[in-house]
Amino acid sequence: MMVEQSPALIVVVPLMCALITPIIGLVKKEWCYYWVLLTLLAATVFSVVTMGRVLSEGTIRYFLGNWDPPYGIEYVIDHLNAMMLVIISGISFLVAFHSKESVADEMPGRIVFFYTIFLLQVTGFIGIVITGDVFNLYVFLEIASLAGYALVAIGEDGAPLASFRYIILGTVGACFYLLGVGYLYMVTGSLNMLDLAQLLPELYHSKVILVAFAFFMVGVAVKMALFPLHVWLPDAYTKAPSSSSALLAPLMTKVAAYVMIRIMFTIFEPCFSMEMLPVTAVLSWAAVIAIIAGAVMALAQRDLKRMLVYILVSEVGYIALGVGLANRNGLTGSILHILNDACMMMTLFLIVGAIVYKTRTRTIADFRFLHRKMPLTMAALVVAGLSVIGIPPTCGFFSKWYLILGAVDAKQWIFAVVLLLSSLLNAVLFFRVIEYAYLEPRAEDDHGHEEEGVIIRIEEAPVTMLLPIFAGVAGIFLFGIYSGKIISTIIQYAVPTCF
Amino acid sequence: MEVIFSVQPFAAVLVVLGGAFLILFTGEHRRNLRETWTILTSLILFSLVVSLTPTILRGGLIEFTLIQLTEGVALQLRVDEFGMYFGLLASGLWILTSFYSIGYVRGLKEHGQTRYFFNFAICIMAAIGIAFSANLLTLFVFYEILTVATYPLVIHKETSEAIMGGRKYLVYTLTAGVVILFAAIWIYSMTGTLDFKPGGFVKGHGTSSTLTLLFFLLIAGFGVKAAIMPLHEWLPTAMVAPTPVSALLHAVAVVKAGVFGCLRVILYVFGPEVLHELDLWLILAYVTAFTVIVSGMYALAQDNLKRRLAFSTINNLSIIVMGAALITPHAVTGSIFHIGSHGFMKITLFFVAGAIYVKTHKQNISELDGIGRQMPITMGAFAIAAAGVAGTPPVCGFISKWYLALGCLEAKQIVFLFVLLTSAMLDIAYFFPIIFNSFFKKPKDGVVLHFNEAPMMMVIPLSLTAIISVVLGIFPSAIFNFFNLASLAATKIFGGM
Amino acid sequence: MLEFIVGKYNFWIYIILMMIGFYAMIEKNNLVKKIIGMNIFQTSIILFFISIAYKKGGTLPILHHAHAHGEQAYSVAEYINPLPHVLMLTAIVVMVATLGVALAVVIMIYRKYHTLEEDEILKASK
Repeated sequence: MMVEQSPALIVVVPLMCALITPIIGLVKKEWCYYWVLLTLLAATVFSVVTMGRVLSEGTIRYFLGNWDPPYGIEYVIDHLNAMMLVIISGISFLVAFHSKESVADEMPGRIVFFYTIFLLQVTGFIGIVITGDVFNLYVFLEIASLAGYALVAIGEDGAPLASFRYIILGTVGACFYLLGVGYLYMVTGSLNMLDLAQLLPELYHSKVILVAFAFFMVGVAVKMALFPLHVWLPDAYTKAPSSSSALLAPLMTKVAAYVMIRIMFTIFEPCFSMEMLPVTAVLSWAAVIAIIAGAVMALAQRDLKRMLVYILVSEVGYIALGVGLANRNGLTGSILHILNDACMMMTLFLIVGAIVYKTRTRTIADFRFLHRKMPLTMAALVVAGLSVIGIPPTCGFFSKWYLILGAVDAKQWIFAVVLLLSSLLNAVLFFRVIEYAYLEPRAEDDHGHEEEGVIIRIEEAPVTMLLPIFAGVAGIFLFGIYSGKIISTIIQYAVPTCF
Repeated sequence: MEVIFSVQPFAAVLVVLGGAFLILFTGEHRRNLRETWTILTSLILFSLVVSLTPTILRGGLIEFTLIQLTEGVALQLRVDEFGMYFGLLASGLWILTSFYSIGYVRGLKEHGQTRYFFNFAICIMAAIGIAFSANLLTLFVFYEILTVATYPLVIHKETSEAIMGGRKYLVYTLTAGVVILFAAIWIYSMTGTLDFKPGGFVKGHGTSSTLTLLFFLLIAGFGVKAAIMPLHEWLPTAMVAPTPVSALLHAVAVVKAGVFGCLRVILYVFGPEVLHELDLWLILAYVTAFTVIVSGMYALAQDNLKRRLAFSTINNLSIIVMGAALITPHAVTGSIFHIGSHGFMKITLFFVAGAIYVKTHKQNISELDGIGRQMPITMGAFAIAAAGVAGTPPVCGFISKWYLALGCLEAKQIVFLFVLLTSAMLDIAYFFPIIFNSFFKKPKDGVVLHFNEAPMMMVIPLSLTAIISVVLGIFPSAIFNFFNLASLAATKIFGGM
Repeated sequence: MLEFIVGKYNFWIYIILMMIGFYAMIEKNNLVKKIIGMNIFQTSIILFFISIAYKKGGTLPILHHAHAHGEQAYSVAEYINPLPHVLMLTAIVVMVATLGVALAVVIMIYRKYHTLEEDEILKASK
């Protein structure tokens, strides 16, 4: 019974547990942490079970309250969804695991509040990816966004203002999405994604549909932080507390990218985006600019977290580029990159959290001796950096391989060159950090006799922080090595067959 | 032709990886245990690699698939004659270099020794992976790992000069990597496969302008590590690394990996027919000939011993690529053989440079007068190796130059024969004074007249490599069956030719 | 042309309202005015949805004698569409929640900077 109801349970469990969290917090604040871990562990288990069901049975259609679509709301879980569910629950679990000391350190009076909103955020994400109804998606999108606004606002100085800007821009985006839903409803009378997919093809020449599509794209682009609608991202994610940004950075933009993929390829047929409107062309160019602009702006940053946030803008560009190329390899690379980037960004932001917790600084120039103080964390940073650069056998290489292959297939040489160039830019970024952290400037003719002078004790991050970081590192290697398997079992089915 | 599916190639890679992590975790406090791991791993690796030889000599192949990515491409290891050759070279020399390294770092009381040995092991793992790669993608994967693992070794000294050298190294090699990736993906998109085949596999695909562009992209990408001018700039700057690093990596592993890649591209991706059709072989031969001459002249101008050796390396690497570019059986045999023979000779020379430095802290040639009387064994080895580089029998360099000369005649290009002769003259011109001064000139300050050799841990390896160079010159197949492998590879490539 | 304006008056109204809200969000300095602009923005969309539910001559979608359902056929065309109304109930809730969060954030800002003018806040936070 549990297995049959698992689609609903995945959403309901975090939601209910979020509401119970304050009650637990009244009793004893520290228990909230364990409660959240338990909830997210349950969510992860449900996600994995659902993934297993999808792999063996194919697409699952779950009718909420047993109302048949298109009257009722249904949850549709196909391979793409199932993968997103596992990503979301897995990453939230690891981030929650990591958050124990970080939360107590950065926002001591708000532990209960944080964990409640954390669970609501996860509920929102899960709801977005699991639902098969466009309006339901809007509701969950707003749940996720609101929780996000709150999670950002409790950060350091300047966080409330950054959050306020995020609220304004995010609401505009969500409202555009809502308008798109309304226009679609006006001409088709349906809100169900699969139903729309059947009803829409006859109406492709209608202006209403074109406008609806445009509204959708802009709205989702705001949420996805696609250049040039990314302006809310840098301040918001930099000023947010470490655990918040560790949750939001890997997931929010990827979930929004998922929404874009759904709209472009499930609701509207792929040929619509390619032929009716030159959306894929516009998308690819915006993505290319995002890739370069993100990397270039990251070069100018002194603060590690801000640098990572700009890299995030760049990574979103990769995903959008894969979608914009609109061929099999490009889309495979894009979806694979959703997985890989979520893993990499989580690892990177968790590392930043650990560094902030131990050294209270995020400025790269202050990282001297850090490799002796926190050797394990720094090693993880090196691995994650190599993955962003795209050095095999880390996962970042494999998604880049498919994206470049997609670009070459589409004969878009400029895109391929841009992708390769961004690897080099990322290399500059990360080797700069590595140089600061690993090398201690020595005098010219010094032969570096051993271990003289400064004695640095190892003060590594606590185990609850290290374990998720290592899980991330393991993921970076495993997702890379098994990328072929992942593609052949999951992603292959997520890419629309008309390519 | 038998194809055996065995995990042995991968086991070789894994053994080194495991050894590297054992080294890392043993750390500073139990030094002797850590050094034992290095030596043990090198011995096990060598025996694993040697055990693959009999099958290869019979003409067979050994294959192992790591990960299947898509239908056309996989991360795959396949041992053929050429790969076997390079694998034997890298693993054999690693044993000697390990002993030498231990002597060197302990003699100088270097910092960061664990990091050094760890990265060294990873580099060797990458070299073995490159040797055993079955296709361009696997080669690329291990190539990048090699780049990343050599960086900490280049900047080992951590002076600002070293850091600058490291940055330059990264800029050159990462850009090259990106270029290779682009070309590889393009080839895959065009032909649907990336597997190496003797005689090439791109024939029949793509227009001639596409193929020409791809050829130059790939040669440029691999040419950075192979130090073909004008992409050679990183090599002299990287001499700032400790000498064992320069010795093994920049005389053997890294640069030979670049040359290996170039040869794979010339002989196993494009192949003689395509290159003859498009006349690309002649262009490449001229470019490398240019490097041969110019680097020889640069070498004359250097006073720093390691820098002179660096330019000599550039010289010899381009001789190898030039030989392969001539695409005749003898030239290819000579070229492949020279990879190994030059490896042994050059490593001797670098070992000597390091021994001199450890004993006397001297780096410049002008300071080396009379040092031969203090360190006769060391300088004797130097003399033998230098003679070999110039092509003097009975050292092995003669054999490779002989075959290369035959190849020039076969290809009916006398020009390159003159290039080879000129380079031999230049070799004599820049090596002979060193040998002469060290034995016959009055010693400068700091040099004593009685026997005071470098530490044994260093002298023994360098003597061994010198002796091997001579043995290899007299019995070319005695050591690791080098010559047999080289000629076998050439035969397979030229097939019906 | 007249037909175009008068016939689609609901579109015109909602667009004009939306642009007023948008203008307020961007141009106004005071944070609370920005929030009001955001509200106007969202409200215009809600009005739009409601407007598309209307049918000429339609009546409220409430069934009399509902316990006799299944016996009579109801002509759907006589009732205005209830679905957009229902959707907009949800949207109004979302709007209120957003308003709540925004105001909470504004209170946090006020506590720190003691002003609600954006330019002063930016100057203070440099």
